[in-house]
Amino acid sequence: MTDAIEARGLGKRYGRKWAVRDCSFRLPAGRICGLVGPNGAGKSTLLGMATRLVQPTAGTLRLFGTPVSEPAVLAKSSFLAQDKPLFTRFTVAETLRMGQELNPGWDQALAERIVRAGNLSLDARIGTLSGGQRTRVAFALAFGKRPELLLLDEPMADLDPLARHEMAGLLMAEAAEQGTTVVMSSHMLNELETMCDYLVVVAGGRVRLAGEVDALLPAHSLVTGARSAEGVPPELARHTVIESHTTGRQFTALIRPEGRVGEDWRLSTPTMEEVLLGYLRTPDAPPLLTPSARVAEEGQSEGQREGLGRGEGAAA
Amino acid sequence: MVEFRIDRHSGMAAYLQIVQQVQEALRLGILMEGDQLPTAARVARDTKLNPNTTLKAYRELEHQGLVEPRPGVGTFVSRAAAEQAKARPLADSPLRGELDDWMRRARVAGLEWGDVSALITAARAEHYP
Repeated sequence: MTDAIEARGLGKRYGRKWAVRDCSFRLPAGRICGLVGPNGAGKSTLLGMATRLVQPTAGTLRLFGTPVSEPAVLAKSSFLAQDKPLFTRFTVAETLRMGQELNPGWDQALAERIVRAGNLSLDARIGTLSGGQRTRVAFALAFGKRPELLLLDEPMADLDPLARHEMAGLLMAEAAEQGTTVVMSSHMLNELETMCDYLVVVAGGRVRLAGEVDALLPAHSLVTGARSAEGVPPELARHTVIESHTTGRQFTALIRPEGRVGEDWRLSTPTMEEVLLGYLRTPDAPPLLTPSARVAEEGQSEGQREGLGRGEGAAA
Repeated sequence: MVEFRIDRHSGMAAYLQIVQQVQEALRLGILMEGDQLPTAARVARDTKLNPNTTLKAYRELEHQGLVEPRPGVGTFVSRAAAEQAKARPLADSPLRGELDDWMRRARVAGLEWGDVSALITAARAEHYP
């Protein structure tokens, strides 16, 4: 199956600073993917390159096999920027008309259905709508294009709790019905947990974590035990330690176990939020990409990709 | 039809919560033979749950023989599920009575709500790893 996104050595430099550097990952089609990272990590630059708003300095980026250097790629995706730019003096109907005129594959029935589900009048002017209603129109515009890939930059950030709940439900339901691949950047880690089945974590312009939620989480363990001396206990050091801290006599660490962990340690499965926070706090932790997210080196075939090791096969 | 409730703080995987809620609805007679389960898109709209998670739960229920997919229509409660629910009403089970006795003894012994809850959680973790 073609990947919705394939980035290979992708980079963007502004002056001397690399906003995104050496990014290589894949996103299989049909996934709902959370794009997570601290502010300034390169999330918006990545989304910008996928939508041709930002030109890559290095590497390649393909959407469903088409390089973003080709204008034809624009038909494949919809992008919803954080500020959801709409013409405030247009009515809802005029906004949808604009969508129809600008997009060859426009689905007017779908766009109208999304608008009407929010009890919005087609004659209302955008400028008179609430934040939640405006987001609904923006979603109608984005889905009306019938994109294969929907890219969202902080879609729920400025919404009140009720509107956020409604929009998140709308997003999930329409993605299910249209089979759209979704990438959404977000800081709402607890919401991502039930919305996303795929994750890409960026920090410092690089990919730290990418793959199926079902495979990434079980690859990690939270271990707790008695602290013996300063620093990481030797019996844990042979595992990949993402982060650790001590509280009194208690030592706690987020690890990627390589083989068995000794009897003296209590293991528990971390939540998505715990794993994400661990990586965000430790930007130089060794990255983890599951096989479906990994990009084969040039000249290397699919079968030669290195396995994930423990935790592999947990993906459904 | 049923409505699912996803507890994001329970620590239990969301798909297992759905499996459990369907099993419970069957036992309580809320779901009966031939009833349709909500579509993944419907669950997504109501609970913000990733549609693949709902489908995973339905596959698990299908594997247990409790539901049957009808391609292009939806997922329905199977006859086997209805019979199973009838054959094993939990409320009249002797286990329920034994648990009642146990709770009474725990209370007499001076155990508080938190003690009882901790014991149950520990015992459950031991027997249902």
